[in-house]
Order: sequence, then C-alpha cells, then structure tokens
Amino acid sequence: MLNGCRALDLTGENGFLCGKILADLGVDVIKVEKPGGDPARRRGPFWADAPHPEKSLYWFAYNSNKRGITLNIEADKGKEILKKLVKTADFIIESFPPGFMDSLGLGYSALNSIKKGIILTSITPFGQAGPYKDYQASDIVIMGMAGILYQTGDPDRPPVQISLPQACLHAGADAAVATMIAYYHREMSGEGQQVDISMQQSAAWFLANAIPLWELSGVALKRAGAFRWTVNSTQRQVWQCQDGYVFFFMVGGRAGAKSFHELVSWMDSQGMTNEYLRSVDWENLDMFKVSQDVVDQISQPIEKFFLAHTKKEIAQGAAERSISICPLSSMADLMNDGQLESRNFWMEIEHPEFNTQITYPREFVKSSQETCATRFRAPLTGEHNGEIYGQIGLSKKELVALKQAWII
Amino acid sequence: MEARNGVFSGIKIAGFGWAIVGPLTMKYFADYGATVIRVESSQRPCTLRISAPYKDDKPGLDRSGYFNHFSANMFSLALNMEHPQARQVARRLVAESDVVMDNFTPGVMESWGLDYEELKKVKPDIIMLRQSGFGSWGPYAQQPAFGMILAAMAGLPNFIGWPDRGPLPVGVSAYTDCISPRFASAALIAALDYRNKTGKGQLLDLSQFETTLYFIMPAILEYISSGREPSRLGNRHPHAAPHGVYPCKGDDRWCTIAVFSDEQWASLCRVMGKTEYIDDPRFSTLPSRKQNEDEINQLISGWTVDFTPEEVMAEMQSVGVPAGVVKNAADIYNDPQLRQRNLFWPINHPDMGLFTHLGQGFELSRTPAKAQTPSPRLGEHTEYVCNKILGMTSEEFAKLFGAGVFV
Repeated sequence: MLNGCRALDLTGENGFLCGKILADLGVDVIKVEKPGGDPARRRGPFWADAPHPEKSLYWFAYNSNKRGITLNIEADKGKEILKKLVKTADFIIESFPPGFMDSLGLGYSALNSIKKGIILTSITPFGQAGPYKDYQASDIVIMGMAGILYQTGDPDRPPVQISLPQACLHAGADAAVATMIAYYHREMSGEGQQVDISMQQSAAWFLANAIPLWELSGVALKRAGAFRWTVNSTQRQVWQCQDGYVFFFMVGGRAGAKSFHELVSWMDSQGMTNEYLRSVDWENLDMFKVSQDVVDQISQPIEKFFLAHTKKEIAQGAAERSISICPLSSMADLMNDGQLESRNFWMEIEHPEFNTQITYPREFVKSSQETCATRFRAPLTGEHNGEIYGQIGLSKKELVALKQAWII
Repeated sequence: MEARNGVFSGIKIAGFGWAIVGPLTMKYFADYGATVIRVESSQRPCTLRISAPYKDDKPGLDRSGYFNHFSANMFSLALNMEHPQARQVARRLVAESDVVMDNFTPGVMESWGLDYEELKKVKPDIIMLRQSGFGSWGPYAQQPAFGMILAAMAGLPNFIGWPDRGPLPVGVSAYTDCISPRFASAALIAALDYRNKTGKGQLLDLSQFETTLYFIMPAILEYISSGREPSRLGNRHPHAAPHGVYPCKGDDRWCTIAVFSDEQWASLCRVMGKTEYIDDPRFSTLPSRKQNEDEINQLISGWTVDFTPEEVMAEMQSVGVPAGVVKNAADIYNDPQLRQRNLFWPINHPDMGLFTHLGQGFELSRTPAKAQTPSPRLGEHTEYVCNKILGMTSEEFAKLFGAGVFV
C-alpha cells in the first residue's frame, strides 16, 4: 500500500519491528548497519544452533522484507553518504541513546533541512526527555518499570518475566502506528516531525483495568499465579488437562453466561456435572463480587472434566460449542494449527545461502487490495551495498575504497 | 460538541468495535482528530461498560472505570441494531463514514447486513477493518475469544514461570488486546492514504491470534530450526548474570537488576561495597557468573533487602547498571517519567468526576494527541450524530426515537 515510500532503518534490536511493519505495508525499508553488522546479529537463537552473524533467528524474525547496507555514520564520509540517502527517504527510524543523532549533526532539524518533511522516529527505553531518559535498561527492567512484571508470577515467589523480550515489540509496533500518523499528517500538510517512542510507555499503555482500579478503589492488582485475582476471590485461569494445559476464564453475567451454559451442558452430556453447577444463575454471577467458596464449588467439577480430556478434544469441543476455552499451544501445535492453515498463515521463504527454505508468517493483515506478504528474507550484512549505493552515484571503485576505509 | 482538530480531522469512523481491541484501535484515531462514532446499545452493552471497577462501587453503564479509561475523545451513538429501522440508520452512517471497524465474532456484522459487500453498495470507497480473535474465516472463526485465552492459543504462557512449576498467564489480563490494534492501525492509516491516492477502499482482516504470534517469532523460528520447544527461565537470561528480580525494603517491593558485562558487574560490586567479588574467579566472567548464579542471587538479595527499590535503582543507574523499580499500579500512576510524557489524561467526566483517561503511548513533536472530551455516556451523541452527520430532521429523529431505535 505504501509503495514508493522509503525508510532508513538505523535501529538496533529495540526497534526492528517498526521497520518490519512498514516493510510489510510496502515501504522500501533499508536496514543501515555499522560495518561488520549489527550487534543483534550475534544474538541467539541461531539457525541450526550454529552461532554466526548470518544465522541469528532474532534477526531473521524481524528484518524480513528489508534490504540491508553497511555504513559508519560516525565517520565524516559516512555521514555524507547518509545525507545523500536521506534525500531519497521519507522515514528515518533509529534507536540510539537520546542526543546521539544530534551529536553527529544528524538531529531532526538537520535531517529536515536535507529532506523537507522527513519523519524521524526515535525509539529508546524511556524517551528523549524526562528524569529516566539516560537510564540503562533491558527487557526485564523496562517490563518492571511498565507495571507488567509486578502483576505476573506466583504469589509466593518474586514477580516473573516473560522470558522472550516484549518491550521492544510493544515499542516497535507503537512506533509503526506513530510513524504512520506522522506520515498521514505530512501527506496532508507537507510537514514532517519527530516521533518519540518510549519502550516503558508503550509497554505501560495497556495495563487493562489496573489504573482505574487503583484510582477508584485504591487497590493495586497483584500477581496471582495461574489465577485471576479480583477483589473478593481468585479464579483459576490455567487448567491442567490430560496432556497439557487449557486456559479458561470464568466470566459471569451477560458477557460469559453463554459459555457457562454450553460448558455445563457439554459436561452434562458426559455425566460430569453436578447439582451445584446446574443450579448456578450464570446471568447474575458477578465475578468481582463472587465469594471464594462459590468459585471453588464451580471450579471443582470443571477441573475434573478438563483433566479427563486432551487439549485437542477440549479445543475442538469448545470451538463447536462456541465456548471461550483455548489450549496452551506448543510451537509444534502452532505449526500444525488448522485455523492458521485455513488462513494460509505460514509460508516458505528462500534462504539460498543455506540452500533451504524457512517457514515464516505470511502477513499480519489480509487486504482485499494489496498483498502485505513477506517477500524476501532478512538481509545479509551489506548485501545491498552495490545496488543501493549505485543508485546514489557511487562507483564500484569508490565502494571498494569505502569498504577498505571501514566506511561501509 | 464540535468537530475534532488533529491529524485525522475530517475522517469519520463508524466504530462497531467493543471490549478492548475496538476502543484501543479507535483511540489512535480519536486522539488525533478523527470523528470516531461508537455504535452501541444498552440492549447489548460493551463488555467494559458492565465491568468493574465502578465509580463509588455503584454499577451503571456510564460508571465503569474500565470503560471510561479507554474511550476519551469518542462519540457514542445509541442504536439498537436488533431493530429493523436501526439498520437503515446504520447504513446512513456508513454512507457518511470513511472507515467501518468491528471486532465482533464473525457473523454479527453479516447478520446486520453490514458485511463488506453490503458496505460497498452504500459507500464504494469504504475501508472496513475487522479484527476478531481468529480472523473472519477458518474453523475457529466463530469461537468467542478473550485476550487471556488468545495469549495461550499463541503459546505465550510457555515463556512465563519457573522451571519447576507450570506455565503462567501474563498478569495483565487480555494482554493480546494491545497487540492487534497496533498492527491494525498502522495498516488502516496506510489504507486511508492509499484511498486518498487511488480512490479505492478495501477490506482489512486481522486475527488477534495471528498478530500475537509476531511477539514470539524468534521462538517459532527456533522450533522450526531445532525442534526445541520453549522452556520457562524464571527471571534468568542466557546472556546475563545476575539477571533477576530482587527483594527490597517494604511490603512486596522488588527491583530488577540485569548485568550483561564484566564492567557492569564491577560497578555493581562497588555499589554493594563488595569490591573483592570483582576479580573473584567464581564471578569475574559471564560463564563463571552463570555457573554460580544461585550464589550471586543470594548475595544480591542480601544487599537489596535493606533498601527501597527506588534507592537500588538510583544507585545502580548512577554507575550504569540496568536496574529498575518493579512498579505496581500506584507507582505507574505516579511515575514521574510517564507523567511528564502525558500517558494519563485527567478529564472531568459527568459521572466519574475528575477521572484518569488513558492518553497515548508516544509523542509526536508537531501534532501532539489532545484530550478533547471525556469518554462518552452511552448514547450521549445520538441526537448530534443523527442531526449533524446524518442530516436527519427533528421529526424523523423523534419518530425513530419513539420507535425505540436509539436505545
């Protein structure tokens, strides 16, 4: 959809997803790495478990549909080349510490004087200004500072992380939206601007009802393990079944009564319900008011029912009856999932350098007008130096010299 | 009530969405000047309107803190879609709109005659954005889905918890509800731009399940490459030690510390006054620290427990060691960084009083998001929308009102 737009993606691992989303929407995204390659290429896991800068799966995951060049933007000659590229670009995305681009003479006003209307999207742990702006951070630190960590984990142990970085993804996806808002404004007015993304803020943007609950009731939600903690009771969310876990969320009232009716009649058809369960007035069950005793009485027969079935049986039965229950998918389950298959979610992308194909998600959105599919794998280090630098008039001879001088 | 100012000024969105994914998506547009009209009915209220917490603990469709937190700057049109004449009103709204969005289970919009093919008849260049739990087709499409359950379907709990215990949900319920709106909104803005340039509308279909898979992609590729299923690491990290959550002074107070380099380790030792550990062969390199991680965690916990998490954060950050307070809702509410960046918008609401509405997660230097009006009462703008946007006469409005269309 955004064919004809170009982005220079200078980000490290905190910002990859932004450019990935833009690339899938049709933007020509050029990943600009320092000579020798982005440090994130050294981050595991690796293809075939072989640590190598061209085999990082983290790199593969979030840099497909981007082309790649190498450039030392701290050297004068490198800066000069970057400025030439800026003239061809609509977006610059970066994740350097606040002030770094300015210190190179590449801050927003400098970029805007090179290319009027340029959009500069900056992604940092805490944003460009404010008391935390220079704080050092990693995913666990940011997720803690964003309020997600505190609410996650077992009550008898410390709060626990999601052991797969998340803050960079909240920020990267938010950055894509913010960049598009700035782009829409530019298309209407000709004016560019700077987009300031804070990973902490992007991750804290959604804390469900935690903030209103604090403001209205003075209650700070705590971690409740496999349970959901409400004011009067805790309710099981994670249930064991025969071969793993299923997730089921007790929702009463108008929103959830239908699921409960269906579940009880399903259990009934197998002789696994009881008088108590049949007698509950689901329409008037308020999950915030309900007592622990009632919750426990409802839970016991459901627990037994799930334990008597497999993930697959429960998933299929729930889908047939439109009950909100899902299995906890393993990675193998995802690769074989019927829903994903019916939507043609997975696709094979060529990796000629390993003489193989690797499975990737095809697209995050189905458009009736334009495909947003993955077209090609993430770039090798400096893979497109020749074609991209050629377009801005650098000769092969010059490129050799620039490479020797560690500029590209 | 007047037209909105901002980047999307002039864009009208007919918002049939509900729960969280609908409002969070609409929010990106409402906060930047679009006229976002939530089509609602007291006969089938948004699940958030009937969710606690309520102002003064008194339930009421306009009193839910959960609902009112997420819907600043939006309009509300009460329209009982089960009423045949309401469907005519809805079609007139579509005719005036640039975008129609919904996140209902597939089939609901169809049952109202508002599927994409029908919408196109009313407004040929309409953009329809759909984001149900599983997407508009496929064997699970009809299954109603909450974010917490979709997170399990997408495998996220495999990464949460302790090696000696079972998987855990993300503590923030409905975690996936904040993922899909971001992908959807980026695509929708691209579609608006595409329409402006080509004159063509389109249907955009997203699945909350699918977008969530982008948040675990490296692990999926790892499985494809090695056949290895994920394991729960507690608070550990393969390339850092110490890396964890440490107890601090106070009730359920904690801080994070993450040490990725020997230099950071040395700085941490100096802060703790334990310089002898810097070159101690048990701790001096990352591999040795990984090997003695239990011991390191005990040493650090023994030190942190005498300080508040704020003190630990300040001390560690002053020497460049990544560390932070594990913030609870009260801490977030008062966070100086988030306050300075206007994450929260205090707005007067007729039922809630001065109430904190959620702002935006980012800052745009030239076109900042603005709080213009509080979250709407159900049907607050019914007459305004009918009169000013649909061009209804007052007689016609009164007649439909009398027929029970606007409830």
